[in-house]
Amino acid sequence: MNKIVANADAALEGIQDNMTLMVGGFGLCGIPEKSIAALVRKGVKGLTCISNNAGVDDFGLGLLLQTRQIRRMISSYVGENAEFERQLLSGELEVELVPQGTLAERCRAGGAGIPAFFTPAGYGTEVAEGKETREFDGKMYVLENWLRADFALVKAWKGDRFGNLVYKRTARNFNPMMAMAGKITVAEVEEIVEPGELDPDEIHTPGIFVNRIFRGEGYEKRIEQRTVRSRA
Amino acid sequence: MALNKEQMARRIARELKDGYYVNLGIGIPTLVANYVPQGMNVVFQSENGILGMGPFPYEGEEDADLINAGKQTVTLLPGSSIFDSSTSFAMIRGQHVQLTVLGGMEVADNGDIANWKIPGKMVKGMGGAMDLVASADNIIVCMMHANKAGESKLLKKCTLPLTGVKCVKKVVTDLGVFDITPDGFNLLERAPGVTVDEIRAKTEGRLVVDGEVPEMVV
Repeated sequence: MNKIVANADAALEGIQDNMTLMVGGFGLCGIPEKSIAALVRKGVKGLTCISNNAGVDDFGLGLLLQTRQIRRMISSYVGENAEFERQLLSGELEVELVPQGTLAERCRAGGAGIPAFFTPAGYGTEVAEGKETREFDGKMYVLENWLRADFALVKAWKGDRFGNLVYKRTARNFNPMMAMAGKITVAEVEEIVEPGELDPDEIHTPGIFVNRIFRGEGYEKRIEQRTVRSRA
Repeated sequence: MALNKEQMARRIARELKDGYYVNLGIGIPTLVANYVPQGMNVVFQSENGILGMGPFPYEGEEDADLINAGKQTVTLLPGSSIFDSSTSFAMIRGQHVQLTVLGGMEVADNGDIANWKIPGKMVKGMGGAMDLVASADNIIVCMMHANKAGESKLLKKCTLPLTGVKCVKKVVTDLGVFDITPDGFNLLERAPGVTVDEIRAKTEGRLVVDGEVPEMVV
């Protein structure tokens, strides 16, 4: 078995206009930088992007907003992107804001074959409008549907040709659930290792969820808020 | 004198208990981590996937792959763990996190909170706030008592879109500490030099003043 493809352009073969994509990452941490750049090159339009955030103006998904390739975003927090706000207020862009835990679970449910689940998040708020609610043990819950995608684009630290993945630190975030929920899941990694090098006990995403894998070169890994303390 | 941000954080830190797992929101709540009483063991959770979050890194040791939910570079303490977003919110919704401290735009005297959206003005999103307030046993809201226009943020009913209903247990403002009770905001402590009358004048929601209200020790 060999899921390795040459590069991002080869990995995105088959992505077309108006498709739904999941894009991993939290802020700019753990985003599939190389796949996003390849989407810009490819020029596909009318995309629905499911991603916790929308990048910043000139990095992450912000690059696809600049080129007007995204029609709809499903996200929990989009506060770091002025262009996003402009397109939203002008009506060029649709957005569905979803509580962060609900977003993560909807992706997980999509990958796990669970079409819907009840969660307490958003009960009594506009998030619950039009949704079924139900009481369990005296508390109210909202019915939320799964999310699935034509392509899931994720970023990991290391992977092998079977598609097994290991993430680094908080760059894990949404990537494992999204990897499960793509009809085609593309993983970009910093390092491809030989099968057996990753300890089976320590694999985060088993290769069954991954269809294509490639090594990205020269990750920028931009930091949004560089905070440090002084050496006392 | 109204409390400053550090004093508010220090007051909230007194609500910590040994062995607590705590989620701190962005802004003043983050400062609470600086005032954990000596000898007390408290583990901080960051909803992007950390238990055992440590202080900011020393300059030159920042790691782009290690941030908190505010997207700030952080460190890990011995015994920390890293997990995905689904597991993180399982901890939160599953009530394994004992205390949530977050900021607020408005709190109502029944415990409703609004802190994510100003229609037509601010469309940033709720992030993890709705999951946090829907589930935590103990939710403390930390905010200024009045907005910049001088209007009370402690209301009979929230005017902004809600983040959660009947969920807030305690409010710490620059003027005082309040428990949410069936009768409204129960004033527990006053900021030094702030009178009950001043607090009453700046509280639009139902205020309960039960006997002498002590001044806070800061």
